[in-house]
Amino acid sequence: MAVQAPAKAEEKLYRVALREALAEEMERDDTIYLIGEDIGKFGGAYRVTDGLLDKFGPQRVVDAPIAEEVIVGTAIGSAMLGLRPVVEMMTINFSLIAYDQIVNNAAKIRYMFGGEVKVPMVIRMPGGAGHQLSAQHSHSFEVLYGLIPGLLVVAPTTPADAKGMLKSAIRSDNPVMFLESMSLYNVKGEVPAGDYTTPLGQAALRREGSDVTIVGVSRMAVLANEAAKQLEEEDIDAEVIDLRSIRPIDWKPIIDSVRKTSRCVAVEEGWSTYGVTAEITAGVQERCFDYLDAPVRRLGGAQVPMPYSMPLEKASIPTAEDIKRLVRATLGKSPDA
Amino acid sequence: MHRQMQLIRRFEERAQEQYTKAKIGGYCHLNIGEEATVVGGILALGPNDWIFTSYREHGHAIARGVDPKAVMAELFGKETGTSHGRGGSMHLVDYKLRFMGGYGIVGGHLPLAVGGAWAVKYQKHNDVVFCMFGDGATNIGAFHESLNMAKVFDLPVVWFCVNNRYGMGTPVEKASAVADIYKKACAYDMESIQIDGMNVREVLLRTSEILEKTRKDSVPRFIESLCYRFRGHSVVDPDKYRSDEDKVKWRKADPIVAFEHELESSGLADEEYFKNVRMEVDAQVRDVIQFADESPDPNPEDLYKYTYAEQWDNNPMLRAERV
Repeated sequence: MAVQAPAKAEEKLYRVALREALAEEMERDDTIYLIGEDIGKFGGAYRVTDGLLDKFGPQRVVDAPIAEEVIVGTAIGSAMLGLRPVVEMMTINFSLIAYDQIVNNAAKIRYMFGGEVKVPMVIRMPGGAGHQLSAQHSHSFEVLYGLIPGLLVVAPTTPADAKGMLKSAIRSDNPVMFLESMSLYNVKGEVPAGDYTTPLGQAALRREGSDVTIVGVSRMAVLANEAAKQLEEEDIDAEVIDLRSIRPIDWKPIIDSVRKTSRCVAVEEGWSTYGVTAEITAGVQERCFDYLDAPVRRLGGAQVPMPYSMPLEKASIPTAEDIKRLVRATLGKSPDA
Repeated sequence: MHRQMQLIRRFEERAQEQYTKAKIGGYCHLNIGEEATVVGGILALGPNDWIFTSYREHGHAIARGVDPKAVMAELFGKETGTSHGRGGSMHLVDYKLRFMGGYGIVGGHLPLAVGGAWAVKYQKHNDVVFCMFGDGATNIGAFHESLNMAKVFDLPVVWFCVNNRYGMGTPVEKASAVADIYKKACAYDMESIQIDGMNVREVLLRTSEILEKTRKDSVPRFIESLCYRFRGHSVVDPDKYRSDEDKVKWRKADPIVAFEHELESSGLADEEYFKNVRMEVDAQVRDVIQFADESPDPNPEDLYKYTYAEQWDNNPMLRAERV
């Protein structure tokens, strides 16, 4: 009897993985629809939804006016009545206009109505800097959403996670903030074949090591991996954890790791004062104080409105080199190898 | 209809009293004076229509048929309240009656009504979404975004502005470039009418006409109902910003008294009947208060319940974060 070989994982772009997740879920469940600015005919500012209008029609791939507050409110209201909307914010920068809807409605409706109504919806939004988009278009706002109870907040960094976590987000009965990174859309990676989901709320161990734990947020998890590879040459064995879930924080793998390595560095692209890394470092010292051999350190973007000038912008965003310097310092070595 | 108005009036009077006894906390916004607008508007709806409304909504819920006991219990913060004591005065809800909630951010629920109408149209249903808000909400961005969106996509929503003339203490003319609120809807090419919100029959009839049109053609429409709240913005508002003559003038137009005159002159009811109704609702509200008072508080062990949907409610990770 012929045995069918299992479908192989294929290399795919992050944006393609997202598109596949949307298309497959929409085929599975016709209460799912997409709404956003220029996601239909235009194909999406970052081409994630390219081709979906032709496939699903204008009822399910909706080009809305440039009016973020009502776009998000529409999604919330329709979710309350039984649909499963997926919003594309063109960028996370514009989500501030919808912040009242997200914080006061999406996050709170279930609770303040005592569980009588639910809000199953996803807001996808790309963030991050590095494209000379200057002050108003270069934000990493993970923390603005991470601090709100009632929201689930995730930031996938690989094409496989992008697809699996988007499917989980769509199937969740909670409002999910799905934070993408502009700089990751063109990254390729293996994506498993067939229908699969990646659970929300879980960090991923990207690399095992024994000397130091690096916790990376969003794209910084990718840079942390690069830095760790390069540090091998210096006989530094770094463990890398990709946070993936910003709310809730998956403490167990972080705690297990830091108890093993006794040192921890946390990295994010956004501002680290009051940032996600502020939360990580505080939580690690609360949970691992007796295990630590060095202060827990954090690294974030320069605390300025993002400058336009390329050299200034470069100086504002953490690099693999910056991560390496901080790791060396944490290990008691000279930061400059 | 008359009984509903009286019930709401009595409910609100007693709510005010319970507030001063500290049985009710937070903010407490009353519908006194607005009964014709509230009852006429909501009774015009069909059983499958949906309501999204503002925070001045005790009467809205009662008119929709929500058990007044559950409404008062919610004001008392009890587990038996419409929202199990999690919402309070501003966040009443009843999903089964399609009463989709009171909301506390001025204008913040208008986009939700667009979404409700979106779902109705998406599912090819025949219902109308009825969105109630005050005059103050018409100056905020969400109002304009919502009217625009509703019109661009031809969504079955009827906007119902309860113009009680004041956004807290600021009169309409001082806050809105256009004091006739219904004219604002013209900017979005919407049929829009202004009605006498102190006359319950007029409110009911004209709201019904508008609802039926929208039910037929799925085009949004707008109603401005002119009324007046007899009390301050909230229970604790000393109401110094409105002139005495204004208050006296509007008091004379009391919607309940006016309706009683009408019923009496057409021979449909007499003072004896009205007296009985007053006694009945008085007794009913007494029971309502007793129920709320005797109901249990929510259990502190359930503090985190409802933050996330079932699949996450007992997630060990979230529990760990609470420690």
